[in-house]
Amino acid sequence: MYRDPTIRSSDITPESVYINRRAFLRGLGGVGAGLLLGACGVSQSSTELTPSSPTGNVNLRDELGDPVNTFEQITTYNNFYEFTTSKEDVARRAAGFVTRPWTVEVTGMVRQPRLFAIEDLLTMFDQEERIYRLRCVEGWSMVIPWQGFPLRKLLDLVEPTAQAQYVRFETLYDPDQMPGQRDRYFPWPYVEGLRIDEAMHDLTILSTGLYGRTLLPQNGAPLRLVVPWKYGFKSIKSIVKIELTDTMPVSLWMAVAPREYGFYANVNPEVPHPRWSQATERRIGELGRRKTLLFNGYAEQVAALYAGMDLRKHY
Amino acid sequence: MKSVLLRLFPHLIGLLPLALLSSDALGNRLTVNPIQYLTQRTGWFALALLLATLACTPLNRWFGWKQVIRWRRPLGLYSFGYACLHLGMFAGLDYGLDLSLIAQEVVEKRYIIAGFGAFLILFPLAFTSTTGWQRRLKHWWKRLHRLVYLAAFLAVVHYLWLSKDPRPALIAGSVLVVLLLARRMPARRRVQPSLRHPDMTTTQAGQSRHDT
Repeated sequence: MYRDPTIRSSDITPESVYINRRAFLRGLGGVGAGLLLGACGVSQSSTELTPSSPTGNVNLRDELGDPVNTFEQITTYNNFYEFTTSKEDVARRAAGFVTRPWTVEVTGMVRQPRLFAIEDLLTMFDQEERIYRLRCVEGWSMVIPWQGFPLRKLLDLVEPTAQAQYVRFETLYDPDQMPGQRDRYFPWPYVEGLRIDEAMHDLTILSTGLYGRTLLPQNGAPLRLVVPWKYGFKSIKSIVKIELTDTMPVSLWMAVAPREYGFYANVNPEVPHPRWSQATERRIGELGRRKTLLFNGYAEQVAALYAGMDLRKHY
Repeated sequence: MKSVLLRLFPHLIGLLPLALLSSDALGNRLTVNPIQYLTQRTGWFALALLLATLACTPLNRWFGWKQVIRWRRPLGLYSFGYACLHLGMFAGLDYGLDLSLIAQEVVEKRYIIAGFGAFLILFPLAFTSTTGWQRRLKHWWKRLHRLVYLAAFLAVVHYLWLSKDPRPALIAGSVLVVLLLARRMPARRRVQPSLRHPDMTTTQAGQSRHDT
């Protein structure tokens, strides 16, 4: 789904970004580097890449030239409130999480509703490697070598009807396995949503693994969403249900704190958050702070989705 | 021996967080985001020690433990020490003393205003905590140091505004409220039976109410 960039930059760049020239130029530089590397789509099939290993292959880089984070970093620092709110404890608490058997129900406004076994999803679709930046709303980021397949391939299979405008995702609800779900402060199960054009975008994948390995529970096993231009919490984990709908889904964080978390949650250094810096971020493994890039550095690919929208209003 | 232990106790409490942080560092438990971890932990210790400082007066009033009165100064100073580490990590390590970035955060984030306000109050209190200043400021010293409650309030608000889950901060706030109420409650005095006099307690209570 490559779009020729015929849209003038003035169409897609908010005025505030013009004013903050340094951040904007850096973003442009990143896009330029991406083009030079010939990686217009960040997607590359795994055969084109050096095989990655869990011991940390630092030769893997994202299209902006930054190395991937280590397997240890990616698997020991996780936000997964279903297990615990402590990021460094998720791995331990999630260790025994049972991911087989596992089914994913795809339902709602589709012609071919279907129940997929996780094994089917692993064999029906080519598992591609995608090296994506993940920007957490808490002001930290990582570069992660995911495996997975475009969500579009799955949606094409179930044939959404013309009425379907949104995709609603739901995490497993199982307080016995996920003790955090006993905490009534949050309206479990975790829910997230995308507009259908966002869901159909080539960058949007369902991930089944990382670093050439099957996904670990703390990273959202056995199946999670990855939407690299949105804050990490949009990339819902351990999915059991995908529903096509005509109403905008209310995500868990929208329900908990509507003024802080909107439906779109696009990475945007110009839209401040009351708690964390969205203008800058810390790449895990680095000491200093980096400027956060509009759409997490994927503006070239996704800005057209939001043409004409006030991104401050639709945060 | 007992008196030595009692004197050392606030120092043990005050140095315990440093020991915990050192053990985290040596045991490779600073997480993959050590700056954030250290900033959060030092902030938490500063608040906990501040609440411990404020607990001394009620403990004395309720249980008549005289020695805890002498713990207030060391505990308060340790709290200020961790607050300094906390602020130093935020401004120095996290933001690399980039003043324009820090200024942007201060303007944007109300929690930073609250936290910095608490620090600005604690600073003169720590500075004037010596007996010499106590003597120099006379009755003003007590008035000045009552600002510690405002600092604690701001620290709790700071914690509340920065937390995704408000409950830990609300617990800290409840502790602060209890400690404040404890100040208002009539003191339980240990009076020698021979000195017991019907008027005595009322007079003292009256005096202390006048005092506050």
